[in-house]
Amino acid sequence: MTAISDRDQLSYIAAQAADARVNVELETEGMTLNIGPQHPATHGTLRIVAKLDGEQVIAADPVMGYMHRGYEKLTEVRTYPQVTTLINRIDWVGSFANEVPFILAAEKLMEVEAPPRAQWIRTILFEMSRIANIALFLGDMGLQVGAVTPAFFAFRDREHVLNQIEAVTGGRFHPNFDRIGGLKDDLPAGWITETKRAMKKMRNFCDEIEGLLQGNEIFEARTRGIGVIPADIGLGYGLSGANIRASGVDWDTRRDNPCGLVHNELDWKVWTHVDGDSFARFWVRLQEVRESTKMVDQLLDGLPSGPVMAKVPRIIKVPAGEAYVETENPLGVMGYYIVSKGDLVPYRVKIRSASFNNISITPWLLKGVYVPDIITILGSLYFILGDIDR
Amino acid sequence: MIAAITDPWWFQTTLRVVGGLAAVLLVAGTLVYLHLFKMVSFMQSRLGPMEAGPFGSLQLLAEVGKFIQKEDIFPRKADRFVFAAAPFVVLMSTFLLVVVVPGGPDAWFVDSEIGIYLGMAVSSVSVIGILMAGWGSASKYSLLGGLRATGQLIAYELPLILAVLGVVIQAETMNMQGIVLAQAEGEIFGWGAIGNPYILTQGVAFLVFLVAMQAELTQTPFDMPIAESELVTGYMTEYSGMRFLLFFIGEFATAGVFSAIAAVLFLGGWYIPGIDPTAGIMNVLGPIVLISKVVVLTFIVFWVRFTFPRFREDQLQKLAWKVLIPIALANIVVTGVLKVVF
Repeated sequence: MTAISDRDQLSYIAAQAADARVNVELETEGMTLNIGPQHPATHGTLRIVAKLDGEQVIAADPVMGYMHRGYEKLTEVRTYPQVTTLINRIDWVGSFANEVPFILAAEKLMEVEAPPRAQWIRTILFEMSRIANIALFLGDMGLQVGAVTPAFFAFRDREHVLNQIEAVTGGRFHPNFDRIGGLKDDLPAGWITETKRAMKKMRNFCDEIEGLLQGNEIFEARTRGIGVIPADIGLGYGLSGANIRASGVDWDTRRDNPCGLVHNELDWKVWTHVDGDSFARFWVRLQEVRESTKMVDQLLDGLPSGPVMAKVPRIIKVPAGEAYVETENPLGVMGYYIVSKGDLVPYRVKIRSASFNNISITPWLLKGVYVPDIITILGSLYFILGDIDR
Repeated sequence: MIAAITDPWWFQTTLRVVGGLAAVLLVAGTLVYLHLFKMVSFMQSRLGPMEAGPFGSLQLLAEVGKFIQKEDIFPRKADRFVFAAAPFVVLMSTFLLVVVVPGGPDAWFVDSEIGIYLGMAVSSVSVIGILMAGWGSASKYSLLGGLRATGQLIAYELPLILAVLGVVIQAETMNMQGIVLAQAEGEIFGWGAIGNPYILTQGVAFLVFLVAMQAELTQTPFDMPIAESELVTGYMTEYSGMRFLLFFIGEFATAGVFSAIAAVLFLGGWYIPGIDPTAGIMNVLGPIVLISKVVVLTFIVFWVRFTFPRFREDQLQKLAWKVLIPIALANIVVTGVLKVVF
């Protein structure tokens, strides 16, 4: 933590010096630019109050809460099966992944375990929502640096994955498919071959994005060396997911702490990057999509047979106790801390969402950058507003 | 556009005004439809407008109708006169620019001896309009956009003019008509069948001109002043309705006019190889040839625009001052030496 205060102090001195210089020499004063809550780059309602000296940021403060929907409180008046309807609106582009840790935590309290087939299908849908989510990021990253076309490609190809999710769950965005003790339904006929085709298309999409953005000199000039997060600072701010892996920290909950999902029976790799800049975050996510498509292929090949629902009572009462489960969601580590008093409804649910922590580093990260870099850095941190404010 | 000397002055003036409007607005409309609506849509795997008219060709008219009906909103703290006048200043520079472009042996607006010089001079007027828009909007985003635009347009004016100088040295005239005729009558090592379009001898200048033109038009990768993901839409943020439409049309019209100047300077303008450049038929064929070349050049502009990400302001200045200007200067030196030698 000393590194933060050192840097804070240095940038404070620099800011004071800049203010003094500007005021004495030019008799002007810094400008406060209010980015958001309505701004095209924040895809949601994040507000950044940036104090500028010319186009250089002296201080930037994120203001959150414009989209606060009170999910933690609302869960206290919903029965356990009803809660999934709410919580898959937290990160609305990777919805299914939001349901999984909650259901797993409830299962942990009830001491039931989903049958193997349900676990495998859960993992498939979990990874598919990651692909759908990060595909959007890959297109959006282009949009943030000014390339319009990748965004259209992303929306076009994400559709293949969303169609497959819809074929199973009935919902493109809000599947509401996970149940305590298993899944609502089994897979429809012919789904496996269709999904393999979709995964192939997503791999092609990754190649396409790589060709459009990764090798582009302008894209590299805009992202390389911009917004560098050292590993210790990132860990100090509680970053997770691809944001911390891009800083060289080899930490993936899917591999290190698999509870209820079957990632450890697969052959896959955790990608890290040493640079920690915007480009590294983009690159790690791109590799993750590729890895996820391979994982889905393996899962489809090894899918066990059997029921998709364990024996659970018709009216679900969760025994008194506390449980915390976290999983590696598309945006980072997401966890639910459930406190139950043996009722139909949870007594208290604490949601640990990834974007809230990921965005908390911005005051540190945005100091001294230029206005255009605010946007690329925020874009590369990749947050979903629902995931920040809940 | 045909301005025969014997016609009375009022007839000539009317003809020129109507011709100028047609040359700017019709070309701009064509470019919007061909490039913004269709070409880009096909690039991004969508169809573009399909409902209004055959293949959506009347979509622009519908858009114009929509924009005219919209309320003309002034921000409360805006400098009302400056805010209101800015789009007209920007569009004015486009109309001033088109007068130097010749479309045929007799189809010209102003046959000035300093044609290209005049063109380069009046093209800078748009900077004032953009700065007016940025300042008058009383919005921080607009102000940032306006300031970025000013810095960028002034920086890229230089490589643009330096690239033109190579052509002027080779053609030995600043008259646009003279430059076309010099290309039509030119020879490539004694072979004069297609004349000598200066893209062959001034290829470097052509590339510099295209890059600088892209920046002058504030198209991606040089669209820092607009930068819709950072500055909303930069200096246009506060504009609505008719005035926004003027900016919008101005953008495409300027793309068309700059491409026309590039076509005249480097691609031979209106002449057709094999047809006598003084023949009367060229007054009809010439504009068609010129517009075809404009469509090809603007295709490149918009192709690049929808493919590339954008530069940051400092990177963009670096490109202008450290890369383009030295290249353009070297080109002038080489051209001058070769001109003396041959």
